[in-house]
Amino acid sequence: MARFKGADFLSIMETQFTEEERMVRDSVREWVEDRVIPVVDRCYQEDRFPLEWKDELAKLGALGPGLVEYGGGDLSHVCRGLIYRELERGDSGLRSFASVMNSLVMFPIRAYGTKAQQDRWLPGMIRGEKVGCFGLTEPDFGSNPGGMLTRAEKVKDGWLLNGTKRWITNGTISDVAIVFAKTAEGIRGFLVEKGTPGFSAPVIRQKWSLRASITSELILEDCLVPEDALLPGTSIGLKAPLTCLSEARYGIAWGAVGVMEACYEEAFDYVMTRRQFEDKPLASHQLVQQRLSTILTETVKAELLVLQVGRLKDLGLANHAHISMAKRNNCEWALDIARTARDMLGASGITYEYRCGRHMMNMESVKTYEGAHDVHHLILGDYITGIPAYS
Amino acid sequence: MKILTLLKRVPDTAAKIRVAGDGKRIDPAGVEFVINPYDEIALEQALRVKEAGGGHSVAVLCLGTKDATKEIRTALAMGADEGILLIDGAGERDAAASAAALAAALSEVKPDLILCGWKAVDTDDGAVPHLLAARLGLPCVTLVTKFVLDGTALTLHREVEGAEEVVSVKLPAVVSVQKGLAEPRYTSLKGIMMAKKKTIAEKPGAAAEPKVRILALEPPPERKAGRIVGTGPEAVPALVKALSEEQKLI
Repeated sequence: MARFKGADFLSIMETQFTEEERMVRDSVREWVEDRVIPVVDRCYQEDRFPLEWKDELAKLGALGPGLVEYGGGDLSHVCRGLIYRELERGDSGLRSFASVMNSLVMFPIRAYGTKAQQDRWLPGMIRGEKVGCFGLTEPDFGSNPGGMLTRAEKVKDGWLLNGTKRWITNGTISDVAIVFAKTAEGIRGFLVEKGTPGFSAPVIRQKWSLRASITSELILEDCLVPEDALLPGTSIGLKAPLTCLSEARYGIAWGAVGVMEACYEEAFDYVMTRRQFEDKPLASHQLVQQRLSTILTETVKAELLVLQVGRLKDLGLANHAHISMAKRNNCEWALDIARTARDMLGASGITYEYRCGRHMMNMESVKTYEGAHDVHHLILGDYITGIPAYS
Repeated sequence: MKILTLLKRVPDTAAKIRVAGDGKRIDPAGVEFVINPYDEIALEQALRVKEAGGGHSVAVLCLGTKDATKEIRTALAMGADEGILLIDGAGERDAAASAAALAAALSEVKPDLILCGWKAVDTDDGAVPHLLAARLGLPCVTLVTKFVLDGTALTLHREVEGAEEVVSVKLPAVVSVQKGLAEPRYTSLKGIMMAKKKTIAEKPGAAAEPKVRILALEPPPERKAGRIVGTGPEAVPALVKALSEEQKLI
């Protein structure tokens, strides 16, 4: 099968990445081409995340990158970014699974958990045997997580949790949920295991976006968790969950480039081959060329933006505002490009035979989650001016 | 046991091939190169033997230009322990000249088992395994589809016309593999990072006179466009006429 080559208009891959980085990209790309792209439209229609992807991602080494002491590979942030880019070229749901596992579950367990908590969860997660999820957002509080209603009350045998979390990727298939709740002192993180009485994770159906991904509610009704369920390193407040989100947003910014590449490739092939007026390809028309030119330009810009943030991150110099800029810009353009590509394909673009419609629907979620588009403007605005304008 | 897998760098089977200006080679510009898919199967088999335990090691040997470092690095990332690149000079090499250079290098390395693909997909010769075994004075088993190693006893299943042949072979030996033996793995990301620390030794490939020379390389003639004789049942007589009188097929 002919492998996807990408446009790489400015030879970024050949000149700005190392041999190892290119090999990482190639290996994930090969897996996505062989195992994801041929089946993903079917999974999407069936509202199903194939669990074999989880095992294969683990075998590939895409779970737990950087957690070397627990069996993960010694991968740089740029390499991790390349993984997300290739996964999301397959589907945003697949990338979401990996983002949640790596940035929102394993990252906080490693950063804020005890040695016992790390030993209990990390090796199994890296091997793909255990799944986790991250519960911060609630039905009534998304962009303002500080307003959360979920409570954790200190009792004799541990903590008593009450509340509901919503829009939780992986919730229903998770062995453990990281749940943030308000204690008497402030917001703290807890590890809530599957099967704990009072804890359930029903799946959310009827989505028209991220359908090849499991989205759930987490319901906690007088759910008693032991003392050692507390993630002790989560300082009181939102710093810990926001640090996790910053990790995830970094990966999303890379993933969006994968969507742009997928849509560009598809739109390009379509307009080069479809002949409608005077037996000339659609691509011979000025308006079509203008769109191709815009898509290619924005893709290259997005790629360079996220690469520079990645290089800064590997140097320890990336901050949350850099990541917000990349997440907002790249998701906005990925959605715009997916819509444009859909339009260029005419009626064909609304069928599952083509990918841009699925990417377009996915990007509506991706633009919204992990810090909605507008919130990232406010984060950057706050950073530039020093004047927070969130409320 | 020291297992050695031969690797050849070949154009990706999906690559669009153009003939170079001299009319004797392909133009490598814009062509993606990969490990010969059959050699990749051989490497996968070698890695499975190693991973099954018993302290086996896997080396890869490639006769090629400096560019082949990329394919050797991929093999190391898949799990091979070390790589050897025999730098090929400018001279032309047929299967005999390749086998001569490989044999010269292998007589120093002295592996217990030499595994390779039954042919390389670029030249499609399929002659190197036999020529190499003959030069080294080793037994040669070709087209292997099943590999059973029990201690030092090696049993191999091979494809023959309409049947399967089961053979045992004394080591050291040259074994060439066929599709279906082992599905090559995806390179693990951890393996890629570990490959950085492994060494690739470079040696000059021994010179040898080719016995076969390429005089000309030509692309196949372009296929003529199809012809529509008509549509619907009324087109049947014209179709029958075309198939019987023009094409002489019926």
